[in-house]
Amino acid sequence: MTSDELVTIAESVLARAKSGEQIEVVTAHSTDTEVRAYEGEVESFSSADTYGVGIRVVRDGRQGFASAGTLDREVLAEVLADARDNLRFASVDPFVALAEPDGVAPVELALFDQRLVDFATESKIDLVLELERRVLAADPRIVGVESVEFADSVDTTVVLSTTGIRAVSRTSGCSAAVYNLAGDGDDVATGFGFSLGRHPGELDLDVVVADATRRATQMLGAQRAPSQRLTVVFDPWVSAQFLGIVADAFSGTEVFRGRSFLADRVGETVASPKFTLAEDPTDQRWMGASAVDDEGMASRRVELFDGGVVRGFVHDAYSARALGAASTGSAVRSGFRSTPSAGARSVVPTPGHLDDAALIASVGNGLWVSDVQGLHSGVNPVSGDFSTGIEGRLIRGGELAEPVREVTIASTLQRMLAEIVEVGDTLVALPMNAAGVTLVIGDVTLSGS
Amino acid sequence: MTDTGPLIDDDVIAKVLEAASGRGAEFAEVFAEDRRSSSAVLDDAKVEELTSGRDRGAGIRVVVGNSTGFAHTSDLSEAGLLATAEIAAAAARGGGGALAPRELRRVDAARPNAIEVLPGDVDKARKVELLGRADAAARAAGSSISQVTARYSDGRRRILVANTDGTLATDDQVRTVFSIVSVASGDTGLQTGREAVGHTVGFELFDRYDVEELARRSAERAITKLLARPAPSGQMTVVIGSGGGGVMFHEACGHGLEADLVAKGASVFRDRIGEQVASPLVTLVDDGTMGGEWGCFAVDDEGRPAQRNTLISEGVLVDYMWDGLRARREGRPSSGNGRRQSYQHLPMVRMTNTYLLGGESTPEEIIADTADGVYIAHLGGGQVNTATGDFVFGMTEAYLIESGRITEPLREGNLIGNGPEVLLNIDAVGNDFAMGPPGTCGKDGQGVPVGDGVPTLRVHGLTIGGTAA
Repeated sequence: MTSDELVTIAESVLARAKSGEQIEVVTAHSTDTEVRAYEGEVESFSSADTYGVGIRVVRDGRQGFASAGTLDREVLAEVLADARDNLRFASVDPFVALAEPDGVAPVELALFDQRLVDFATESKIDLVLELERRVLAADPRIVGVESVEFADSVDTTVVLSTTGIRAVSRTSGCSAAVYNLAGDGDDVATGFGFSLGRHPGELDLDVVVADATRRATQMLGAQRAPSQRLTVVFDPWVSAQFLGIVADAFSGTEVFRGRSFLADRVGETVASPKFTLAEDPTDQRWMGASAVDDEGMASRRVELFDGGVVRGFVHDAYSARALGAASTGSAVRSGFRSTPSAGARSVVPTPGHLDDAALIASVGNGLWVSDVQGLHSGVNPVSGDFSTGIEGRLIRGGELAEPVREVTIASTLQRMLAEIVEVGDTLVALPMNAAGVTLVIGDVTLSGS
Repeated sequence: MTDTGPLIDDDVIAKVLEAASGRGAEFAEVFAEDRRSSSAVLDDAKVEELTSGRDRGAGIRVVVGNSTGFAHTSDLSEAGLLATAEIAAAAARGGGGALAPRELRRVDAARPNAIEVLPGDVDKARKVELLGRADAAARAAGSSISQVTARYSDGRRRILVANTDGTLATDDQVRTVFSIVSVASGDTGLQTGREAVGHTVGFELFDRYDVEELARRSAERAITKLLARPAPSGQMTVVIGSGGGGVMFHEACGHGLEADLVAKGASVFRDRIGEQVASPLVTLVDDGTMGGEWGCFAVDDEGRPAQRNTLISEGVLVDYMWDGLRARREGRPSSGNGRRQSYQHLPMVRMTNTYLLGGESTPEEIIADTADGVYIAHLGGGQVNTATGDFVFGMTEAYLIESGRITEPLREGNLIGNGPEVLLNIDAVGNDFAMGPPGTCGKDGQGVPVGDGVPTLRVHGLTIGGTAA
């Protein structure tokens, strides 16, 4: 479906607005394919076209919302009626209102590439079969794969409102990814590798194979390590997940609702002076880039930490009004089925000057963390408690040493931010709301044998 | 969209299966779904919004040899389904002659429980009123309660599954859930307390549970944690409270007993049927028939009636869990564990309600008999690497055990262990079995509702991921 068709459908809903009523319509269409290989054959080939609509109605300080996984005309009328009916039961809230254009023009980003659409089905199949062959042949210790996958999607989203919002975005993305198994006698270890792009020409299978092989084989022979306090080095894959959690504390919604440990701390030094972090969805190198936010406001750069000092928060229309600020174009929603809240889409740390080898050497003795397990169950972004299972390697004499598994590391988000010792020199694009970078963090408790 | 009537007429199903299997399939299936949901959220003492959602569509699966083709559509018209069947058949890349689908036979599966009050028939004002009462009760529990979020959700999911083996099955699943998170604020910062109840029932859920009581418990949990000390670090004896959550078993062995992971060599429990894999005190069951529980249903998402499957009996591994595809390759029946998030997803092996049967000790005996350790009243989520068996789970309400007595509250954290080792190290199982709160199990990007339960139990060999020495 073209973006013009999505606009026409959204306009047909707006045309039904009654006086005194604000309406926002999100219409979306995505086309996805996913191909998996197993033992030299196509294990599965899935193909999908997904349509949806979400309608938000605001009237007299109340808001109601409804959604449907279709764009059928008769259903649109029902969804609008549902949203209006839902509104009747919401509390009056003086800060409820739709976003309004503020004159900031969206940056031009090249997030869609026709070459993805033109990539033939047979080529996708050839790609996954080749990837499986190469992963299995990369090292004699690689004994199998759990999954080998090529996935692509083209997403088109339109946000239109009676308050003058009119945003159309179209993005393409694809990935090649593998989860592999390494074995040595009874010992088993797992690894993964992936590559991302806006079109298949950007995928680098060499990187996928090398990363997966290194991750799996380096964990063979892993043991528990003794409990101790030490300095940890986060792999960019781990850092990005950590930064994504830190970004939650900058959400204007969470600040307003008293669930952020950074509330009331603007202008104060909270993190290490070596740490600078911005929300920047206008930089198309990162996977979270987008020209507009999920309320259709132009994306913009927002400074979060500058040399460890808290500079400000990210806002959607609601949190901006509630806190007497301006929207920073930071509305996020999980697709057309939900209402927006304020959140970061693409946080980017400022890189430092040392590469990984130099960082590891600078630590002397510590722990390299290559993967985490259970961040969702062991981190509380409200209290700041941080505890996670990890895999990685000890650092001894400034070099990577024996692999470690079945241990946890723990601290608090507050202390970890203050204890950032160094930031690596290379930023990495990852499928998350943060760019990855190697981070060195001091005074973390390793819990093991 | 109507609430009643078949999702697809029988004559259309036959045509669609014929089209799907026309290019040399061994198996073809159409899965149709109509889902309605509504939710209401109260945050910051205001009913933020009511939302409602509707989704309707079908996924068509075609199996040729070891390959599966899959396509889905939100268009349930005959033309829409036939076009989707063609795409799925082409994706499966079949060759050769057409398969003659068997005549459809309706699967007669008992509903695990009757739904008394359909949430769709309940006035929205009553749903909202629950939230207001919960908010007031939580805030009244203590002056340190600074924020409350309460959420009500219900969903009705009607499904139809038909396949070329002759299966024609339908189910009508209704789930209702209520959750509340209280934030307490003090000199030590912010702490949270959560309570949730969810069952495969209608609005009668609130005849069984008092939202004000749940709200008070969530508030008290947050307030208690303001005084909590950092959790210890290192290996300790752990006592898990009754109903606190069977998440430990879900992660320690549940996922590792899923036949799809076993077949790929990605499970530490591969080739261990008949072996002693756990303490003789451990009998573990996965039971999709458990009336009213969060993970129950009449038929699974492949049209197979729900079953009660004993996975581990007195410590001996009895069987894995199976979906249709894996069972078919092994020439055995599915165990009723083929589930999917929605019509937009392929089914795979998933748990339902997974629980440990009760033992003989009283909980008081177990605690009194524990010199030093940690008592976990409520578990959070978890995660496992099935290939190595290493798993983690969170503790959201925990206390120290000192000299056989529960003493100081502890801050949150994860625990880590190795499934095969931990299962052998269970040395006490209580007589106070209870199911835990509703869970959403994630696997390969798909979430499905699951239940779990445990009696009080004691285990050695878990590592507590705290910061204290």
